[in-house]
Formats: sequence, structure tokens, C-alpha cells
Amino acid sequence: MTGTVENTAPPAMAEERPPVATVGPLAWVRNNLFNTWYNALLTVLIVWAVLRVVPPLVDWLVIKAHGFGAPPQECRADLGGACWAFVAEKLRFIMFGMFPYDEQWRPLLVIVIFIALLGASCDRRFWHAWFGLVWLAGLAVVGVLMWGGVLGLTPVENTYWGGLPLTLILSVIGLAVAFPFSILLALGRRSTMPAVKAICVTYIELIRGVPLISLLFMASVMFPLFLPTGVTVDKLLRAQVAFILFAAAYMAEAIRGGLQAIPKGQYEAADGLGLSYWQKMGKVILPQALAISIPPLVNTFISFFKDTSLVIIIGLYDLLGSAKAALTDPSWRGFYREAYLFIGLIYWAFCFFMSKYSQRLERDLNRSRRH
Amino acid sequence: MKAVFLAAAATIALGVASGAAQAGPTLDAIKQRGFVQCGVNTGLAGFGNPDSAGNWTGLDVDYCRAVAVALFNDPNKVKFTPLSAQQRFPAIQSGEVDLLSRNTTVTLTRDTSVGLNFAPVTYYDGQGFMVPKKLGVKSAKELSGATVCVQSGTTTELNLADYFRTNNLQYNPVVIESVDEVNAAYFAGRCDVLTTDASGLAGTRAAVAPNPDDHIILPEIISKEPLAPAVRHGDDQWFDIVKWTVYGAIAAEEKGITSKNLDEFLTSKDPEIQRMLGVAPGMGGALGLDDKWLYNVIKKMGNYGEIFERNVGVKTPLKLERGLNALWTKGGMQYAMPFR
Repeated sequence: MTGTVENTAPPAMAEERPPVATVGPLAWVRNNLFNTWYNALLTVLIVWAVLRVVPPLVDWLVIKAHGFGAPPQECRADLGGACWAFVAEKLRFIMFGMFPYDEQWRPLLVIVIFIALLGASCDRRFWHAWFGLVWLAGLAVVGVLMWGGVLGLTPVENTYWGGLPLTLILSVIGLAVAFPFSILLALGRRSTMPAVKAICVTYIELIRGVPLISLLFMASVMFPLFLPTGVTVDKLLRAQVAFILFAAAYMAEAIRGGLQAIPKGQYEAADGLGLSYWQKMGKVILPQALAISIPPLVNTFISFFKDTSLVIIIGLYDLLGSAKAALTDPSWRGFYREAYLFIGLIYWAFCFFMSKYSQRLERDLNRSRRH
Repeated sequence: MKAVFLAAAATIALGVASGAAQAGPTLDAIKQRGFVQCGVNTGLAGFGNPDSAGNWTGLDVDYCRAVAVALFNDPNKVKFTPLSAQQRFPAIQSGEVDLLSRNTTVTLTRDTSVGLNFAPVTYYDGQGFMVPKKLGVKSAKELSGATVCVQSGTTTELNLADYFRTNNLQYNPVVIESVDEVNAAYFAGRCDVLTTDASGLAGTRAAVAPNPDDHIILPEIISKEPLAPAVRHGDDQWFDIVKWTVYGAIAAEEKGITSKNLDEFLTSKDPEIQRMLGVAPGMGGALGLDDKWLYNVIKKMGNYGEIFERNVGVKTPLKLERGLNALWTKGGMQYAMPFR
């Protein structure tokens, strides 16, 4: 050893933390919530509002809530807590409406089928022509389950349908039938053929110019009076047709927006390749236009899903209607908060799912457009 | 705007209907079909509402069933069509329903231009006021300046305006569409007064009020609301059947005949009872029914009092007194025509 080997490494520095004022939760709070006087004020106000609202809400929803088996008298004695017993007692009625009690496994199965079909449709691996057949088969099974009369199932007239299956039937079938119809209307409106264009414009403007409720009212109240006495067209069918007419007009406008957003070069390029009109539209324009139209289309879907609740004015018991009817049981009157919260949650779940899925779809389909 | 449209549409609808041809004999059509088509409320507690299992119950509903029993001796041979207030008249005019038993007030225009024939009144109602006891109000005349909760689009709203104008009283209406929300607004203290039909007030006080004793119903009844089943113009035989089914239930109560003690009356010496129960033939045949028709109705549905007590009476959550709906012999107005 001729000398000490110098340790060339610098002496280990004591790890010094940055000042508390710039990192850590406290700093985050200061920089984000209290960085200016008005932000500080807003923060204080919001915290105050949350403290005012949340504890009583939790109190009502959970802590003071009555058990699922509580009789109505017990709920009524203390209105400070939610009466979930109402939802428990009326669950089957709210979900299935007037459908014969012993046969309610059938609408339950219908809900499952609809959710499975909708869920599977979200997966792009299923986006093939054969999946259309799966849908048709699924709808056929839905029809058999709801109507019955075959395979030993008791026939059930559609006047007894209700609850969530009715909401799903009206909205899913309504939108599914209206969709191709709306594409044709959108194309027709952009057509250079004057007659086609005039018909499409008139139709769209006429339907969009009246409220849905008036169409339903026409379909359910006026229409039967124009028929000879004794001839009746099914009430549900009338409402369904009104929905389809209405949805088609709105979706057509959403799609037209997409069509107009496609650069002219795409049309010209397709023409230049010598494609026919339908080839051009089907293979070049529509795939792009529909991808662009997703946000307005989903907007229409969501609003239509909720608009089905308007059938209450024509005496059909959709989800909202059956909840309202459940509230008229003399023993269980007055628990409308619980009823509306419950069905609100169901509507929300469906709409939230649609919205989330559309965001993903938009991201996937418009990848080429992102810069 | 919506209301204006609905009103316009209804007016056109009525115009169309009054020109429409009438159906053939309803009874034959119903017998061939095998069930009565009956229009009921989409949901009115005690009068027409589905229970948890989806079965229809209520006073109006029981009259549909009673007519089905008169025809088929089976209370389930009815197809109930729930109807909104706007739908009910077109539904009966167009033949979608044979019988409208949906808390419908008898009025002149409905009896004439709407094209209805009203059976006897099954429930005498009238509009009243409910106030919190702590207000210390004893009469509707003291309500000047009050905030009044009222359901929109009903005759209730119009009666309220008329009453306050006639009596030179000021008021602030709080108009809400749904009956439940009107009640909630009242109990939450958003208004001083709740107004609707007296039956509704009593039911609300009994079933919805946190503490029924905190509220009183004022003595003034400001409108007449006689509720009756109705059929369309043009088939007198069918009208007679509905009419006498209602009378039959009242007559049974007058004679003290109930669903329980019915069979004891089969040996009665009273000739009217004999005619009613079909022991002495003739009455059923005159209506085009089996002579046992009323026997069956009472056996399956009970007399008027039983129907009333079962659906809306003091033992139900609605806790309604008989009041005007007591028999005429007991100070009420229910009165059956003779079975002769």
C-alpha cells in the first residue's frame, strides 16, 4: 500500500427534500386550490356546499335508510331515511310492468339477451355480416319470449309488456330500423335528383318541426279515429312507428353533417376510379362520414333512449311508466324519491355506457384523422 | 304550448268522432271475443292501480270485473287498457274499449258531444282544500293571499281559479303536473294549501302525510265531481247492462245482501230479491243476460259497500268515509232503481 487510494466519488450528499412549499400535497393544494383569491373563495364555497349536501344525502341514502323488508308504515314513521323496501317490493313490477307474474323470467331473459347483443356489438371482432344474422336471431328469440304462444309458452299480448324490456324494445328496435332509413334520407337530401331531394327535405323538416310528444299523440289518439270502427292497429306498433319516423329524421341530419364534412377530393377520387354511386357511397364516403358522425349520432341515441319514456302519455308502461304506476299502490304511496332514483340509476347506467363506448369508438375509427 | 296542442288535437278528435258510425251490438262482439275491454286509469290509488304482481285493483277496476262477471261469470275475463286523461275519450269513441271506468266526471258536454252515455255514479266526489292545522284556518273563505298547490291540466285548476275569483280572494298557485309531486310540495311547506278532489285529500292525508293529525280538510267543497263508468252512444242494450250492474250492486247493499250471506237470500220471500237473484226469472233475460247475472256479480264482487270498503274504505290506507257515497237510507246519495 503506497498510499491511500482516494475515494474519487464525491462525498454522499445528505438527501435534501425540496421545500415543503413547492412539492407535496400541501403545495399542490396551494398551487391549485388557493393560488388566487377567487380560487380560494371558490374552493371554500365548494367545500362548504359539499359538506352541506353530502352528509345529509348519505344519511338519507344509507345510514337512516329502512331495510328491504320494512313495511310502509315503518318507512312513513321516519321519512328521514330512504325506504328501499319500496323498491324491493315493487322491483318486479317496475322492471317488467304488467307481464304475468309467473312468466316474468321471460322478460328477464329478454333484458339479458339485449344486453348481451349490445355488449357483443361493441366488440369489433363481431363486426361481420353474419353478426347481423345473430341480431335477427336474437330479436326473434326476444319476440318469442315476449309474445309466447309457441314452444309451450303462454301467449302474452303486447299490452301487458312493460318496464325495462319495453324501453329496450322501443329504443333498440326503433334506432335499428331508423338507422338505415336515416342514411337513405341523408343521401337523398344531398342528392342532385330534385324529386328525391324534395321528398327527403320535406320529410325531415316536417318531422323535425313537430315535438315527439305530438307525433306519439297523433299515433295513439288521432290515428284510430281515422280507421273504420272495429279496426284497431296495435298501440305499441303505432308508438314504435312514431319513434322510428322521428329517430330517422334526427339521425339523417347527424349523418348529413358527416357527409358534408368529407372533403370534395374524396368524392372526386371515387368518381375518378369509375365507381358507381352506391360503390362510391358505400365504400368511400359513408365509412368516413359515419365515423365523423359518431358524436351527434350517439347524442341522438342517448336522447332517444330517454325519450321512450314519453310513451307514458299514451298509457304504455315503460320503465318510467311502471315506476309511476307502482307509486299508485295505496299502501306504498309517496315513495317517489326512491322510485325515481332507482330508475334514474338504470337510465344513467345505459346512457353512461353508450357515451363511454362512443368515445372509444370515435378514437378507434378516427385514428387516421388525428394529427 | 303542449296543452294548447293537446286541446286542439282533442277538439279535432271529438269532431271526427261525432261523425263516426256506431258499432253493431256490443254484447255480441264481446261474447264472441270472450272478454270485456275496459279502459282504466294508468294509476290512481284505490280506483285503478296495479298491485305489486301487476294485477289491477281498485273501485273502478272492480266495476269492469263486475260487468265481466255479469256476462261470463268470471271476473278475469277483462282486458284492462290503461288510459291517460287525453286518451280516454278517443279510446271509447274508436271502440278500443267497450267500457270506460276511469274516474270520469259526468258533464253535459261529455254526455252529448263527446258521445258518452254515463252509467249511475259509482263515486260522488268534490274538490276540497287541505291546510296544516297550525295555520289555524277554519274555512276556505279565510285563505286570501294563500299559496295553493294544485295539479295542472285538470278541472281542479279551473275550479280553484273560479272559486277564488267568485269570493274575491287573492292566491298564488303552485302548479305541478304529477299528483305525487304536488303532495310532496305541500308537505315540504312550499304552499299553505293543497287542493284536489276530497277523496284524494283524505287519501293523501291518511297515507302520505308524515303526521295526519297535523292537517285538516276544510268543510267547503267547491265543485261536484260525480264519477261514473261510461259507454259510447249507439248501443242501448250494452248501456243497460252496465247501468244495471251498477244499480245491482247498490240494490244488493240496500237489501243487506253481501257476497257472504248471498245464498241465505235465495229462499227469501221478498219478490224483489227473488227477481234480483234470478229465483224469479225475467230480469236477466230483459238485459240479454243469464237470470243469475246479479247473483254471480254479488257472489264474486260483493255489493256496493263491499266494493267501496275493499278499495277505498276506512280499513284501507286511503281511509275514505262513505260520506255522500253512503246509501240514501243512511244519509248518502247511492240509490238504486227498482228491480221490476
